[in-house]
Amino acid sequence: MITKRIIPCLDVKDGRVVKGVNFKGLADVSSPVELGRYYSENGADELVFYDITASAEGRALFTDILRQVAATIFIPLTVGGGINTVEDFDRVLKCGADKVSVNSGAIRDPELIRRAAQRYGNQCVVLSADIKRVDGQFRLFAKGGREDTGIEAIGWIRRCVALGAGEVVVNSIDTDGVKGGFDLEMLSAVCDAVNVPVIASGGAGCKEDFVRLFQALPKVDAGLAASVFHFGEIEIPELKRELREHQITVRGSSWRSKN
Amino acid sequence: MPVIVDYGVGNLFSLQSSFAFIGAEAQVSGDAGVIRGADRIVLPGVGAFADASRKLRESGLDAVLREQAARGTPIMGICLGMQLLFDESLEYGRHKGLGLIDGTVRPIEEVIDPALKVPHIGWNALRLVGEKHPIFRYIEDGDHVYFVHSYYAADCGDALIADTEYSAPLTAAVAKGNVCGCQFHPEKSGEVGLNILRGFCDWEVERP
Repeated sequence: MITKRIIPCLDVKDGRVVKGVNFKGLADVSSPVELGRYYSENGADELVFYDITASAEGRALFTDILRQVAATIFIPLTVGGGINTVEDFDRVLKCGADKVSVNSGAIRDPELIRRAAQRYGNQCVVLSADIKRVDGQFRLFAKGGREDTGIEAIGWIRRCVALGAGEVVVNSIDTDGVKGGFDLEMLSAVCDAVNVPVIASGGAGCKEDFVRLFQALPKVDAGLAASVFHFGEIEIPELKRELREHQITVRGSSWRSKN
Repeated sequence: MPVIVDYGVGNLFSLQSSFAFIGAEAQVSGDAGVIRGADRIVLPGVGAFADASRKLRESGLDAVLREQAARGTPIMGICLGMQLLFDESLEYGRHKGLGLIDGTVRPIEEVIDPALKVPHIGWNALRLVGEKHPIFRYIEDGDHVYFVHSYYAADCGDALIADTEYSAPLTAAVAKGNVCGCQFHPEKSGEVGLNILRGFCDWEVERP
């Protein structure tokens, strides 16, 4: 059967990987190419690159860096940030991206999802949603989690999947950066609403958080995290060993041949 | 030098890069002369079968591929490129393929548990079938590769060399003589995928 995926997320600004706590207080971590290669050689099942400045400041994506990454890393690559048009899809796909993640661009123009899905297939279109509880409701946020759109998030996700989104990244602003575990309540609501792969994001602090995620919500396909991987707090081969011990199916990673 | 057939379907950057990475500089070309001169041919493909099959036909490359297959040139189809090797596909109608391998491309919904998601997307384990094929010489049974597909090759008979379990066995790789195909993406399957491409590059086929 299909394995659960472990996905490091690399937020890129000015050609460097950064990670903020609750999206604030950015700190340089490493080079996207080096870090990407490290993860690829150490069991990451997929990589996500977000150009985090794009939606806020309208920066162009770092396509040359993406190209370098895609020339040396041979696992699926998802690229997001500043994707507002089908031409943006085209630009990053030509540089070796396999999937393109839309967030604020889809909020501005939901039809973007339909157009992109028709052209590249649903499997290529990933909806990324930043969600926070407001007045007892799951609320969709825009602009890197800084702006409350007033839109109810679960209905939004359902609508985007109907338009053609083939995968959903659920990023809980409430748990992001807190390292107290994934937002199981929010993820459960999304899993009940759609039948496409759901990727959990926001809140991973230790290996057990991933075990709890996949045990509590078998419909979740993947766990995504950034700083716990970047700072070496969780080593992916060890994480996978832990998941295997809990009968969670994961991909045998390249460390197998080295150990 | 391997030639990756460019017939206007999908983006070939990753595939070309993966060959470069294993030291087999591959050329991307849609030129019949270049493809005729290739010592190995890779037929990629993403998207819809009918569209890809029409593009192959309109460019005249379908005939070149059949001719090279008959001459004994090693050929590897990848994803939709593998499906194109078959007689026909039932994706949105009934469409003719290259007819290099017996079988029909059918929707996976026909055989999988209805509760499972379509497309079959993600990392899944290869189950090698029969005698280990030379393209698998550097990998092991149970290794994981990356799939993205909604259709599968049915009734491949002896051509089946690997399948994968998605509540039902789905064809993962096929081979007949000098022609082989992978439903998964070796260029996105990490070290295992690169080793399959290595196996393809080292595959010695006796020419007729």
